Amino acid sequence: MKNIQLTRRSMVGATLGASALTLAACGTSGPGGSGGSGGGGDSASYWALSGQPNETITEDTVTAFNELGTGTIDLTFFQNDAYKQKIRTAIGAGEAPTVITGWGGGGLRTYAEEEQVEDLTGWLDENSEVKERFIESVWEAATVDDKIYAMPTGAAQPIVMFHNKTVLEDIGVEAPESWEDLLDAIEKANSAGVAPIALAGQSRWTSMMWLEYLLDRVGGAEVFARIAAGEPDSWLDPAVVEMGTKVEELLAAKAFADGFESMAADSNTDQALMWSDKAALMLHGGWTFGGMKSGGGTFVQDGRLGFGPFPTIEGGKGELTNLVGNPAGYVSLSAAASDAEKEVAKTFFADGLMTDAVSNALVESGSVPVVQGQDDALAASDDAEYLQWIYSSLQETPAFTQSWDQALQPTAAEELLVNTEQLFLGKLTPEQFAENMNATLEG
Amino acid sequence: MTSAGPAAIPAVPERHRAPGHGGGPASATSVRVHKQRLHLSHVLFALPALLFFLVFAILPLIGVLALSFTSWNGIGAIEFTGLTSWTDALTRETTWRGLLLVLFMIVATWLLQTPLSILLGTFLAGQQRYRNVLAVMYFLPMLLSSAAIAITFKSLLDPNFGVPAGLELEFLQQNWLGDSTLVWVALLVIIAWQFIPFHTLIYQGAVRQIPQTMYEAAQIDGAGRVRQFFSITLPQLKYTLITSSTLMVVGALTYFDIIFVLTQGGPGKSTRILPLDMYLTGFRGNEMGVASSLAVILVVIGLGLALGVQRLGGKSSSASQLEGA
Repeated sequence: MKNIQLTRRSMVGATLGASALTLAACGTSGPGGSGGSGGGGDSASYWALSGQPNETITEDTVTAFNELGTGTIDLTFFQNDAYKQKIRTAIGAGEAPTVITGWGGGGLRTYAEEEQVEDLTGWLDENSEVKERFIESVWEAATVDDKIYAMPTGAAQPIVMFHNKTVLEDIGVEAPESWEDLLDAIEKANSAGVAPIALAGQSRWTSMMWLEYLLDRVGGAEVFARIAAGEPDSWLDPAVVEMGTKVEELLAAKAFADGFESMAADSNTDQALMWSDKAALMLHGGWTFGGMKSGGGTFVQDGRLGFGPFPTIEGGKGELTNLVGNPAGYVSLSAAASDAEKEVAKTFFADGLMTDAVSNALVESGSVPVVQGQDDALAASDDAEYLQWIYSSLQETPAFTQSWDQALQPTAAEELLVNTEQLFLGKLTPEQFAENMNATLEG
Repeated sequence: MTSAGPAAIPAVPERHRAPGHGGGPASATSVRVHKQRLHLSHVLFALPALLFFLVFAILPLIGVLALSFTSWNGIGAIEFTGLTSWTDALTRETTWRGLLLVLFMIVATWLLQTPLSILLGTFLAGQQRYRNVLAVMYFLPMLLSSAAIAITFKSLLDPNFGVPAGLELEFLQQNWLGDSTLVWVALLVIIAWQFIPFHTLIYQGAVRQIPQTMYEAAQIDGAGRVRQFFSITLPQLKYTLITSSTLMVVGALTYFDIIFVLTQGGPGKSTRILPLDMYLTGFRGNEMGVASSLAVILVVIGLGLALGVQRLGGKSSSASQLEGA
């Protein structure tokens, strides 16, 4: 077989042009002139994710850094689900921003292998005080083959089983700690006419969070660890099929809110179901605590939002304290940026990204920042109960599994999301799911 | 009934050919004569459009064709892999499902939009003031972008916070976007809502072109309103129908934006039509090679359909529609 190297930029241009031709309109034609390798001077571009409360925090962070006078960061926000496609296209086209928001794991690995992001190992060794500010565990997802390609930022975001205390009281159940409790709560919620579980199924990674915990509770954290390592036939582990049958049980019990198939996480209707007392439970990332706090009136402030670990399953191997989620947010440095841009970005990484002001703002918004020495700040916060619980869960957990779609390579992750949606629509059996996913291991 | 035009052409006497592009009425014959001489000015006039077409249509097409024989994840090196992408694209179940769905969509949108557009266009062709007021309202959706329409309808149809839930209307409280059958009802109606105004506008213009004398003659012969519509209006709209249908068919074939924002191809793969499948395969699945194969398939089908619809008009599409007027 012959290898032909075509220039990337022209091919992406060609593809984009063809998209514009064959699609009447779509939002993927390259980014505006900003960013990329052409720019000079002491400014760098930064693409970040929109959505409160983090949007304001990021904006304030950048404003504060720009006022230091050591360089300028141009900030642009994108919606989470759309950003994932946009950033990849931009990187492929050589139009990436200087500072790239990412999630570490498998996606970062593809960027690193294609040398699209800078190796930060040397810089972090020189500036060890920067590295030491962070909690040790967050570096793992930023590391590819012993080299660090991303800076952790923001907050640790384990996935949490939230509940609406008012609704649970009305239907007469406690927060579920076992599978039987959960099924009981679902039944009682349904007969009381409230949605048992809020789920934004159209976004697919939301349904995947259920799979992550179900697989953990059934087979322990090792099952996915083997999958992420790409071991042959690791998806055919009996625990995967068992996980699928648990989903079938949930579907049969009408566990998810009406119309969950068409709800999207970007519009936050799942959170709205919670704070408007229309749903009893919601499995979601820790960041939704802040979202419900800023969007849900006085729901959080009145102490009506409950939280806890995902229930255990009898006979399963996973412990109640095992966690799944995002160890941190990550930002990488584009290899295509000019030296001046890289310099500004590195100064930003050191002096702007995670200052005390930023971690205070994070605590205030209801998240646990990924930097050391936060105990006092957490204890003094309005949300001390929740934050200290998250903090101690993170400290005590025997296993923290990274979100699957971020741990896997992008193509396998997309296949996972497609199959997850099919499973939750009842269009795939657990066995088919396992086989479809196993086929991704060969590639 | 239109055969008189072309059959007559060879019979046109020689003298018409002599003056070349002199003045006088542009008959079919004189058009032919023009074609024989290629003037520099003609080339210059066509050049900008030609260049534009070359750079933004032909070049990308060649690029996509080349990419369809490669394997590429979007950021790495492009690897030439022969027919692998093609066999991948043609053996995937989603490709064939997407193709069937898009063909269904073409037929359904045409059946839904064409009769409504013709009726509305005919109605709005009247010059009464209230019709003009209604026309302004009917044309409003044309001012909105697809993304805005999709986001609006998504909120309106939200199963928990949408209009049906708010009004507590039992029959409207359906899982509009979450049920694999109902989602098509919702989609077709929304797409019709967006595009009927455009086609109505075309038909309105065409109906206004029909000479009033034809209707007067029909009235003298005792034809009623309905008879006039079927015997004069509809036949006179033949070429407009072809234009509108071409736009509709090709438009439906490449339809993407509303579905992408509204359902993302879901629930499951229920609305994952081929153009959307192409996008998702390329930009979400990062399989640019396979996506390019799908793009080539779409281009070929689109060209075929456009030519086919044009053919329906017969070879005499340049002939006069107004004989007898």
